[in-house]
Amino acid sequence: MDILKLTAWQLKELLAKKEISCVEAVKLLLAAIEKKDKSLHSYLYLNPGVIEDAKKVDKKIASGGRLGYLEGVPVAVKDNICIKNMPATCASRMLENFYPPYDATVIEKLKQSGALIIGKTNMDEFAFGSSTESSAFGPTRNPFDEMRVPGGSSGGSASAAGANLCFGALGSDTGGSIRQPAAFCGVVGLKPTYGRVSRYGLIAFASSLDQIGPITKDVRDACMLMNVISGRDEKDSTSVEIKIPDYTDFLKDDIKGLRVGIPEEYFASGIEEPVKNRVMEAIRLIEKQGAEVKRISLPHTKYGIAVYYILATAEASSNLARFDGVKYGFRTGNYKNLREMYMNTRGEGFGAEAKRRIILGTYVLSSGYYDAYYIKAQKVRALIRKDFTEAFKEADVIITPTAPELPFKLGEKKEDPIKMYLSDIFTANVNLAGLPAMSIPAGFVSSLPAGLQIIAPHFREEKIIETAYTIEQSLKGGISG
Amino acid sequence: MGIKKEDIEYLGNLARIGLTDEEKERFAKELEKIIYYVSQLSEVSTEKIPPVWHVLPVTNVFREDGVEKSSCSEEILSGAPDESDGFFKVPRII
Repeated sequence: MDILKLTAWQLKELLAKKEISCVEAVKLLLAAIEKKDKSLHSYLYLNPGVIEDAKKVDKKIASGGRLGYLEGVPVAVKDNICIKNMPATCASRMLENFYPPYDATVIEKLKQSGALIIGKTNMDEFAFGSSTESSAFGPTRNPFDEMRVPGGSSGGSASAAGANLCFGALGSDTGGSIRQPAAFCGVVGLKPTYGRVSRYGLIAFASSLDQIGPITKDVRDACMLMNVISGRDEKDSTSVEIKIPDYTDFLKDDIKGLRVGIPEEYFASGIEEPVKNRVMEAIRLIEKQGAEVKRISLPHTKYGIAVYYILATAEASSNLARFDGVKYGFRTGNYKNLREMYMNTRGEGFGAEAKRRIILGTYVLSSGYYDAYYIKAQKVRALIRKDFTEAFKEADVIITPTAPELPFKLGEKKEDPIKMYLSDIFTANVNLAGLPAMSIPAGFVSSLPAGLQIIAPHFREEKIIETAYTIEQSLKGGISG
Repeated sequence: MGIKKEDIEYLGNLARIGLTDEEKERFAKELEKIIYYVSQLSEVSTEKIPPVWHVLPVTNVFREDGVEKSSCSEEILSGAPDESDGFFKVPRII
């Protein structure tokens, strides 16, 4: 048995039955990281205390102590989520030596569940990107083909999960940053409803869009991580007090009568044909099992990227104002006065994409352009949200491809910002509307994974889980080619 | 609409980001393309559509104003590039 290929829930069972010790599992994992991650580069930092933590778990198991929900399961965490006494760099020179003095709420919850933190994962700088190439510390590579990108911005978490270098990971998703890399790395990624998971301790990119979520090897693992991290948090006033179900209750291979909407705009030109075919095959599979598949329309789909890049950069330009060389992080040595200190700290500390986005965000918020861009985008956002509200009157879930393409090659889009931005074309609208959505594997095309996205109404993650689990179980039969 | 190098310099000043000449020229070209792309929104009729301020119907959250323990100043200052006597230290302002 290859321990590293186990899912989190399988590992949890083996640990509880004492068929493997936690220290053994962690040592196997560290050895695999040592061997494979030199080229993959999914991790930026490994927790030096993880073996000690694993020893404590083994003691607890041996003494028959009460075990936590994820006791002993090693989890990787995107480097924009704060963990006390570990760096949180956001893959930026700006925060290269930043050690947050507190745990994010999701980390507090993970620790309470008994999960172990294996390390921090690579990402696009400040989560600005769809390929993990904008990391100041070098790109991450795709575990299925190292010449290709893992997607982004949570590329390190997705790559680690896809390469069996963790038993589950946390990412963050502002315009597709959990789902698109999950699709590219052949794993499961869930962006929860806006407000389902606390953002306290997530270094902010665009606060009206950001959500933390799980990236895992299967749908059950995603449910288990959601059971741990969800919930209202006093420290995040946008988190919502709505009852959290046990998400694993919805792992049912039964979708008779489920109404599945297929939006024509997501299957139109611009999508790679083999990706579309994999998604359509999966849809036919659930149709055979009794789902009611219907064509729907989301007429404002094509405006999503324009709205997204106005709003996300506007919010980013405001959120990133805090990196001023005073409170934490990098300060230039090259200045004569305060103004120069700000200018040079930010000029030297931020990478190209961060600068580009701050400049664009400053432009759309500046006097004279605010109404034409920022307010206009917020109005079109209302129309995009309304499209979904209307669609959910006739569908319980909506299925689309996660990305319009297979994992692309490193360097292919790096020099063309708009081309890179269009990678989020099927995912960004979900954030604009605050909806939950999951990407799951839909099979392979010439040894590269394709992803399928399931979208549900606000706080109806369980509908996604039922659908995802049914597709996952059906595909185990194997329709990939 | 053309975006010039001087426009980028102006925006850089607003955002307090020092940019090299090369960056200013590159960003001017790129920003022009991006602005052209996002300008497609002008073709959408949004008359009488209120802008979205929050995706969910949430309201202000209030709590009792109680005293709680939070991070101590030593911890908070530990990440600062420069500090002195429990304060952040910045270059002379006036």
